[in-house]
Amino acid sequence: MPERIATIASRSGLHARPAALFAEAAGDVGVEVTIAMQGEPADEALDASSILSLMTLGAAKGDVVVLRADGDGADAALDSLVKLLETDLDAE
Amino acid sequence: MQTFSGVGVSPGRIIGTVRQMPKPISEPPAGEQLAAGTSAEDATAALKAASQAVHDELKARAAHATGDGKAVLEATALMAKDTMLIKGAAKLVARGTSSERAIWESGSSVSEMLHNLGGYMAERATDVLDVRARIVAELRGVPAPGIPASNTPFVLVAEDLAPADTATLDPNKVLALVTAGGGPQSHTAIIARSLGLPAVVAAVGVDELADGTEVFVDGAAGSVTSEPDASFRAAADAWAATASLLSEFTGTGTTADGHLVPLLANVGGGKDAAAAAKLGAQGVGLFRTEFCFLERDTEPSVEEQAAAYKSVFDAFPGKKVVLRTLDAGADKPLPFLTDSTEPNPALGVRGYRTDFTTPGVLDRQLEAIALAEKQSEADVWVMAPMISTAEEAARFAAMCADAGIKTPGVMVEVPSAALTAESILREVGFASLGTNDLTQYAMAADRQLGPLANLNTPWQPAVLRLVGLTVEGSRAEGNGKPVGVCGEAAADPALAVVLTGLGVNTLSMTARSLAAVAAVLKTVTLAEAQELAKLALSAPSATEARAWVREKLPVLEELGL
Repeated sequence: MPERIATIASRSGLHARPAALFAEAAGDVGVEVTIAMQGEPADEALDASSILSLMTLGAAKGDVVVLRADGDGADAALDSLVKLLETDLDAE
Repeated sequence: MQTFSGVGVSPGRIIGTVRQMPKPISEPPAGEQLAAGTSAEDATAALKAASQAVHDELKARAAHATGDGKAVLEATALMAKDTMLIKGAAKLVARGTSSERAIWESGSSVSEMLHNLGGYMAERATDVLDVRARIVAELRGVPAPGIPASNTPFVLVAEDLAPADTATLDPNKVLALVTAGGGPQSHTAIIARSLGLPAVVAAVGVDELADGTEVFVDGAAGSVTSEPDASFRAAADAWAATASLLSEFTGTGTTADGHLVPLLANVGGGKDAAAAAKLGAQGVGLFRTEFCFLERDTEPSVEEQAAAYKSVFDAFPGKKVVLRTLDAGADKPLPFLTDSTEPNPALGVRGYRTDFTTPGVLDRQLEAIALAEKQSEADVWVMAPMISTAEEAARFAAMCADAGIKTPGVMVEVPSAALTAESILREVGFASLGTNDLTQYAMAADRQLGPLANLNTPWQPAVLRLVGLTVEGSRAEGNGKPVGVCGEAAADPALAVVLTGLGVNTLSMTARSLAAVAAVLKTVTLAEAQELAKLALSAPSATEARAWVREKLPVLEELGL
């Protein structure tokens, strides 16, 4: 299964506005994407399009997360989402 | 044409159409099962459709919102169709639970989980509950809870408004507030005055008005009239013309003969303070510090508090800012300070009294105030709420001295403090009358109760007498220690004249009322104000006190106040 790692760049971490922007983007890519903290088992990964899951993940700025997806377009989807995570969304 | 009489709590005359505030969504009964003949698949599909509809509605509202409000609406919209929430509910539906009950329980567990995470997550826990109620409303086919969304401005009619409703109240969409319940000191009244919206409370029967009914609202007279005729239209037009005159305050409160009565503002935070300064406030007479604590599970740090206080001090460099220490309890519970199981919270451990049961919080607040004062140019005075005895006043003064605060004072809200003002003022530098609570305690009438609205007015001669006694106490003490009023009473222009006549030194009110109070005050001399105070004290009832004073102030009718 394709996977990527990303470092959270938003100052407030992955909650509030950055979480909303990311969850919405993850819901729009057409494949199911999961997110987990680096080192966590893959079967405990959370639905990346769920803002509530992202909030419970509690990823702070500088934390490293793993994104996973399967199926057509998974690689492109993961690339676009990594880019989003590595942008400081609070600055925009 | 039908007229409903209530209590006018915020002046203004307007005509608009009624939108009723929907009733809160009731909890689907525990154990409620899928209706016979409904499959789990159909119920899940209905649930998903409802969640999508709520998402779309919130998303559409976000498109029209700006700033923080927009971000909150966008995040809430996403929660409505969140997989965690919906999958949790779908599991319950698969086991035979009704879709309403399933989303209710799923919302509870998600909300509890966020609450337990604390901090920012805990603040979002109530958003999940809001979304849950909206989905249940959608499934039931009833209006969504909360203030109705509308593209055209309307007259909001409700049983009563809770503080939480006000966060979503858009003053550009709401023309006036009318409630069937509530009293002159209720949250509805306070909100209306701070937003400058005409408002009538305790108008029995208005909850029967159909949505879309045209009404005339007179927030000074306290009347609501359905299907108004041409004479009402003329009155509304005339108000529109004078209202613009009442929005400017030159910045000096004075009687006709030059007796100065500084007009100060009541504020809750930095934004409020900046707005008040713009409206000409001569300082802050009541800085409510609760804002920095509300909806928190734990106490904010000294540094965090100091930054919040400084934001208010910075709006008034060189001017007086009277800060009230934490006033938790009764209608403002705080999980780390107050006991929500008290049988009688208004008479419970609230205000200054929380220092008896949870010592330390007040010391740290005073430390934060002193820190913020050092970094600003405001003249900072600090007062404790709910002081009942001279002994408490002395102890508070000592705590202030330890923290390095120069001007300690007390709120006079408990009748015992008014009656012993002389000994209390020996211990502290000033007193400020909180007329809302003083009225509630003097009349033994809960502020929030509509049926007691007639008791619950600061026009009660007994309340005015307590104000007079506090001023006399200060005179007997002999050092000219100031006595101000910072309750809603000061925002009523007629009452402001009476309070001036009783010898009150400063009046503090919602900044929106400054111009109206200043306009009326400058039409009377101090001697005339003293005569009017005597007249009000001699009245046998609050109704007569108000009527007699208003009759002698024709300027009120001219200005539509």
